[in-house]
Amino acid sequence: MRRRPGPWTRRNRRAALVFLAPLLLVVGTLVLIPIVQTTWTSLYSEDGSRFVGLANYVDLLTSAQTRKAISNNLVWVVVAPTVVTVLGLLFAVLTDRIRQATAFRLVLFMPMAISFLAAGVTFRLVYDEDPSRGMLNAAIVAVHDSFARPSPYPGATVRDGSGLRVSDGAILTGEVAAGDVVLLPLVAVAPDAVPDHATEAVAPPPGPGVRGMVWRDFAPEGTGRAGQADPGERGLPGVAVEVLRDGEVVARTLTDARGWFSVPDLVGGGYAVRLAAANFTPPYQGLTWLGPGLVTPAIMGSYVWVWAGFAMVVISAGLGAIPRGTLENARVDGASEWQVLRRVTVPLMRPVLLVVAVTLAVNVLKIFDLVLVLAPESAQADATVLGLEMYHTTFTKLNAGLGSAIAVLLFTLVLPGMAWRARVLRRQGVARP
Amino acid sequence: MGSAAPTHAAAMPVVAALTGFTLTLAACTPGTTSGAPGPLAGQTVEVAAIWTGAEQASFRTVLDTFERRTGATVRYTSGGDDLPALLNSRLAGGSPPDVALLGQPGVVAELARRGALVPLTGPAAEAVADNYDPDWRELGTVDGTLYGAYYKVSHKSVIWYRVDAFDQAGLAPPRTWAEHLAVTRTLTEAGVGTMAVPGADGWVLTDWFENVYLRLAGPQRYDQLAEHAIPWTHPTVVAALRLLRDYWAGERTIQEGAYQLKFVQAVADVFGARPKSAMLYEGDFVTVEIGRLGTVALGDGARFFAWPAIDGSPPMVITAGDQAVAMTDRPAAMALIAFLASTEAAEIAAAQGGFLSANRHLDPAAYPDPTTRDLAESLTTAEILRYDLSDLAPPAFGAGTDASMWRLLQAFLVEPESPEEVAGKLEQAARAAWEGS
Repeated sequence: MRRRPGPWTRRNRRAALVFLAPLLLVVGTLVLIPIVQTTWTSLYSEDGSRFVGLANYVDLLTSAQTRKAISNNLVWVVVAPTVVTVLGLLFAVLTDRIRQATAFRLVLFMPMAISFLAAGVTFRLVYDEDPSRGMLNAAIVAVHDSFARPSPYPGATVRDGSGLRVSDGAILTGEVAAGDVVLLPLVAVAPDAVPDHATEAVAPPPGPGVRGMVWRDFAPEGTGRAGQADPGERGLPGVAVEVLRDGEVVARTLTDARGWFSVPDLVGGGYAVRLAAANFTPPYQGLTWLGPGLVTPAIMGSYVWVWAGFAMVVISAGLGAIPRGTLENARVDGASEWQVLRRVTVPLMRPVLLVVAVTLAVNVLKIFDLVLVLAPESAQADATVLGLEMYHTTFTKLNAGLGSAIAVLLFTLVLPGMAWRARVLRRQGVARP
Repeated sequence: MGSAAPTHAAAMPVVAALTGFTLTLAACTPGTTSGAPGPLAGQTVEVAAIWTGAEQASFRTVLDTFERRTGATVRYTSGGDDLPALLNSRLAGGSPPDVALLGQPGVVAELARRGALVPLTGPAAEAVADNYDPDWRELGTVDGTLYGAYYKVSHKSVIWYRVDAFDQAGLAPPRTWAEHLAVTRTLTEAGVGTMAVPGADGWVLTDWFENVYLRLAGPQRYDQLAEHAIPWTHPTVVAALRLLRDYWAGERTIQEGAYQLKFVQAVADVFGARPKSAMLYEGDFVTVEIGRLGTVALGDGARFFAWPAIDGSPPMVITAGDQAVAMTDRPAAMALIAFLASTEAAEIAAAQGGFLSANRHLDPAAYPDPTTRDLAESLTTAEILRYDLSDLAPPAFGAGTDASMWRLLQAFLVEPESPEEVAGKLEQAARAAWEGS
């Protein structure tokens, strides 16, 4: 029996519409209408009262702040997905070859369970500039200080007009001769930097050779005289003293508990005493991670921490799908592991890697919360991205027009990536039975 | 995973419903248990302010008393630092809170001109007229109409110092800027740390500028600048910026890493267990943070001195505050504002600490400690009192994490370029903000 196809097709279409209606309704009200309305709003002035045409878009492309945001977004889109994909590939290939792979993958994937907001707060602590609070700087300082001992009297210096010179952090006297008592009064020494065994500063008696005293020349205001050892002032032990002649070091010594030093075997004149800069270098503090220069790379670091696990899991799945035989053949033919990775694995995995990179690129374009939470207020202008500008423009400056224009720009930038993703998905759908 | 997700999703509304139920119960309790049905029994008033934590708890005590007096139920909504944005979205949605406490007269003026506020009348207007000096009434007035009652005020012209650091250096608090520079130098020589400038918070830097500007240029010029009647390129602005630069960028005058330092951290760096600095400039609310740290006692290990005079300027005080405005015309809203403007409310809040009132009938004995009492006295007896200039400016210029004045001063702290150049940028931003408002 033959049926005419017409009514069936019509009925099919009707059934399809009925089933699609809820979805269309949701997509329409939650996606399409907002897009149209945002585009519409972007053509109006800040309070929506005047039609301004494309003026908001001109503002957008000419203002220094949004241009900074656009250039930061570019850096993000280029760097972050690349780093995440490369790291994901490395983790996938490496965990593929060990026994407890699942445990490793679980640990690497865990950050995905943390929201950007929480990750931002956590990394704010990691990146804190003060080594006593920031984990990263604490680690860097610990490593640094195990190579270079911290100085005993950081920040110490001399008063202006004391007759002593400061050059490159070192403190230098004028010409001295054997038999002189050289006084080296220091200030800006923290009271608790003076060790307990230091005794009251009393100038040493004259004697053979070059001798002198280094002490903390500070008595409470009104009780002390500059450049003289007053009651209550204490010597500074452990200061490295160098005696120079014609610019060459002829003797080195350390001060004792009274702050005294002496080089008895020197005779004649033409000497100078120098306290090396290493006595006074301020403690190494690590890097200003969230300062204007490093803030964007630092935020990217935390982004990579969150997403590397995701890339690894997706790539691992792809890795399982490529024929083992091909890899084995390459190994039997004498290819090194590096060559196998470069010439066999990566080319076979190209579609998966591209999907990961493009997905991340779309994700990175709308980065917002991580920057808002992680960048200190003073560095937000340097770290700004389009998402952040959109928020500040719309909600702090209450300029809905310009805010919508930024949203439209962001939407336009995301479109190519989305279109590509959709095409790949459709092709995969067609290819599968 | 597959089965856990739906269960979780299903659990959420239940939790939300339970929480909502508990909240409703909690909100109803005072009204229902009071038993004495007051004039507003059964009514609910919503009030929005920026406070959270301890400040919210203190405000709640005041609201509880209002509930007992009137039988009304008060719902408190905390808007955080973005309160104006919250109010704008609530207005757009057609359901503003009945009462809001706002810190920026600039925002109040904007809302009033949009017709979003109800003028104070009846008991609220009477309470304001009875309890406040003309200066404060004037600050709550927009275009000749009274809209706001100042509930809480702050004193922003004091510098806090660590007493042991000053003792070790043998110093007394400075009275003039020259003495202040000498004190800073002596503190450096003593190695006990100098001044912490929390540059990561832009509002701190605007307060620095305001104190210097008021003293250098005088109250008349200050008023003119606040209205943008003189440009930011005016020589007095340049001079104030130069003085700031000389101090901020001086050798060893301020704690290192200033532009990464947040206000709360700065208080810990001065009054905490491992001090890095000896002085901190900010308003009376520093006392709240000192109390929270608990390392030194207020008035004993931590004291304040008045902002030093510059070029022989007389004593001057910069102030700011939160004014209660009505956003609906319900009688309950007016009654709440009348209560907030009353001496009784001020007494309750003052006893909690961390609170200053501009109410002229408040007995100073209501303050819990001598330091707060001194601050209150210095504020109420100030002959030259000026409102925080950045709060008077349009929000895009003066208030909010993205405000131009905040950002430009932060950039100035990080890279002290020429004062003329910064003044030029400030003027450019000011012109845009005042045109836009």
